[in-house]
Amino acid sequence: MLHFKRWQMVTTLLVSFIFCAMLIPNMLPPDVLRSLPTALQRTMTLGLDLQGGSYILLEVDTNAIRTERTNALRDDVRRILRDSRIGYSNLTTQNNTVQVRLREPKDMPEALKKLRELSAPVGGLFGQQTGATVEINEAGDSAIRLALTEAGLNERIRQAVTQSIEIVRRRVDELGTVEPLIQRQGADRVLVQVPGLQDPGRLKELLGKTAQLTFRLVDQSMSAQQAIENRPPPESDVLMSSDQPPVPYLIERRVVVSGEDLVDSQPGFDQRTSEPIVTFRFNTNGARRFAQVTQQNVGRPFAIILDNEVISAPVIREPILGGSGQISGNFTVQQANDLAILLRAGALPAPLNIVEERTVGAGLGQDSIEAGKLAAYVGTALVVVFMFATYGLFGLIANIAVFVNVGMIFGILSLLGATLTLPGIAGIVLTVGMAVDSNVVIFERIREEFRNGRSALTSVDAGFKEALRTIVDANVTSLIAGLILFYIGTGPVRGFALTLSIGIVTTMFTAYTLTRLMVAMWVKWTRPTTIPI
Amino acid sequence: MLLRLVPDDTKFPFIRWRRIFFPLSALVTVISLGAFAVAGLNLGIDFRGGTLIEVQARSASADLAAMRTTLGGLNLGDVQLQEFGSPRDVLIRFEQQPGGDAAQLAVVEKVRQILGDQFEFRRVEVVGPTVSAELLRAGVIGVALSLLCIWVYLWFRFEWQFAVGAMIATLHDLTVIIGFYAITQVDFDLSAVAVVLTIAGYSLNDTVVVFDRIRELLRKYKKMPFSELLDSAINSTLPRTVITGATTFLALLGLTFFGGEVLAAFTQAMLVGVVIGIYSTTFIASPILIYLGVRPQTVGDTPGEPAAAKAEAA
Repeated sequence: MLHFKRWQMVTTLLVSFIFCAMLIPNMLPPDVLRSLPTALQRTMTLGLDLQGGSYILLEVDTNAIRTERTNALRDDVRRILRDSRIGYSNLTTQNNTVQVRLREPKDMPEALKKLRELSAPVGGLFGQQTGATVEINEAGDSAIRLALTEAGLNERIRQAVTQSIEIVRRRVDELGTVEPLIQRQGADRVLVQVPGLQDPGRLKELLGKTAQLTFRLVDQSMSAQQAIENRPPPESDVLMSSDQPPVPYLIERRVVVSGEDLVDSQPGFDQRTSEPIVTFRFNTNGARRFAQVTQQNVGRPFAIILDNEVISAPVIREPILGGSGQISGNFTVQQANDLAILLRAGALPAPLNIVEERTVGAGLGQDSIEAGKLAAYVGTALVVVFMFATYGLFGLIANIAVFVNVGMIFGILSLLGATLTLPGIAGIVLTVGMAVDSNVVIFERIREEFRNGRSALTSVDAGFKEALRTIVDANVTSLIAGLILFYIGTGPVRGFALTLSIGIVTTMFTAYTLTRLMVAMWVKWTRPTTIPI
Repeated sequence: MLLRLVPDDTKFPFIRWRRIFFPLSALVTVISLGAFAVAGLNLGIDFRGGTLIEVQARSASADLAAMRTTLGGLNLGDVQLQEFGSPRDVLIRFEQQPGGDAAQLAVVEKVRQILGDQFEFRRVEVVGPTVSAELLRAGVIGVALSLLCIWVYLWFRFEWQFAVGAMIATLHDLTVIIGFYAITQVDFDLSAVAVVLTIAGYSLNDTVVVFDRIRELLRKYKKMPFSELLDSAINSTLPRTVITGATTFLALLGLTFFGGEVLAAFTQAMLVGVVIGIYSTTFIASPILIYLGVRPQTVGDTPGEPAAAKAEAA
């Protein structure tokens, strides 16, 4: 146990040194850090509880996606049957299915053939086809049932989340914050962490809006009031305006142009009234359609709708051929600004709900850092003094091992780019207290062997042999608890589990190599006949 | 002269003392369970959902009574206020609002409007019903899973009697910690789960060290009466147990006194846990082995030979 081949000695020292050295990037000023090659630039990040900032967990409203898909399917069925001149009745939706009854049973084969075009393959893990997006079946009595498959819906949800992340990123970037962290979490959630953000109010507002912009014609076949009392015509809906009190409008379902065709949007001021407005510009496609509709409908009002609310419904005075225009809707400057941001970033495919939010102010963050540092110094000092008092020279060995241990923990955290939280600092302090244990087990064993009559050298040897087995058994149990805690924990608690688990591994390493090495060197240099503890 | 917390060659009759300490432990366990049954745990917002706001009065100290009235007037359900470390710091807790995730966020806005001028908002945490339910499930499963995994590990490394003894001691520790949370009504949130898991790990860590020694002695001294052997094992590992307990305790003391309010509950519970962990290792885990029928044959001669021995001991 005491015999260290040269290469073992070198490896031990090298490994310890390298891991410890990895923590150096954390201490460099930013410009020096940037001048290093990227591979060496790895640092720890401070958790939000130390930096201050906001942590917001958003959930994609999957029900909204289901409803939207079902409605889109229904509209597609209508379109296809119309175009094929197949008569139908009773076009209804229920849950994720659409049902329709054909007027002429003889149309069934033709209808089925045309409708099957609606189904698209759903890819599997490696691109193979595992199913379809729509299942089409005869439902007896000249009826056809089309059902959206779970596989298809899940695929759509997954796409929606990916899209949402992109759009969220664009919106958050507009706030000009420092390096926000936006990532997928689970099947239908998006995590947004913005360091330094004190009041997430505006951010939440920006994320809360789907921002789906559509331009549709106002249906003038009847007044909105009549539509509410009786029934709206089949191709139109009643939508409310965003004024106080809300005014109803009867709007055609057909979308003339949508926000997807916008290339730019800027806040501005109306030339005549000086009120805040939002200007927009379409791409070629959008511009063309816009020109078409405005040419054909001079004198008619057309509505600008945001998330199913009518923002304004101006009358078309002249054809708009340039593909640009402005939206005015009693905005404040801030509202105009925000709307421009939303339009530039794009519409979310589905609403996002905030399910968890944690914000820590910079004041508390700073206090936490100070407290963490102080506690670490005091705790470590107490342990160091105690070890000296109990084990003298060997105490020095143990203390050196513990310092290297902590250095390695920080080094590994930096290498992983992991997040250091306040409980994480507590975990490191706790590790200091517990890491000494491995050394204590060894020393007590050596001491015992010596008192039982073995020679100094044999005691040390036997001490290590017996002790190391115990150390592994004992630490593995702690490690299991630590790893499970890491898995189930979130945020700060996860930081604690991480430092604790890493600490246990580095403890075992330093006890097995470094402590043993130092004791071996001591034995070689002093050739002791007694054990000084 | 070096410091020796535990003199050499102690010969405490731990096994004989079990007649005192088993009833004592049983009593403490009953009290803990009783507290849990009567007072229950004060589940934090992590598990119950709701809103937690830490505010600091900008000028003088906070007037809790006035705040209670103002906030009560917002009609946001049950409001809890408590001082948090200094007269200027107040912790405000709102229960979960009906209306799903969206309703929770409205709470913060309202409070900000009312208190925004006089108070600095240090920390805001909102946990909606979906996430809190998930965290609660994860917490319970996590603790159960840890215990299970550790138990399986112990069963592999040691013979079944040792695994059972260790588990009983650990369950005792967990019960006492739960009792601590029930009696003090400290927030039982995610960090409390961290305490529970860490203490479980620490207590088992401790216990394994002693069991290792017991197994070694059983192999060496096949003729020694078992209680004598157990006493010898505990006494010989006592220095290590106490010294490690001391270093961990010292490290935690540093955290408790200088680590700030945010960590306070966490470190205090940890302190209690460490003490209990040491107690259970010394006074419960090992003495219990007597009742579990451990014999020299149980451990066999070489590591990993429990099959033949188990058959004999059974």
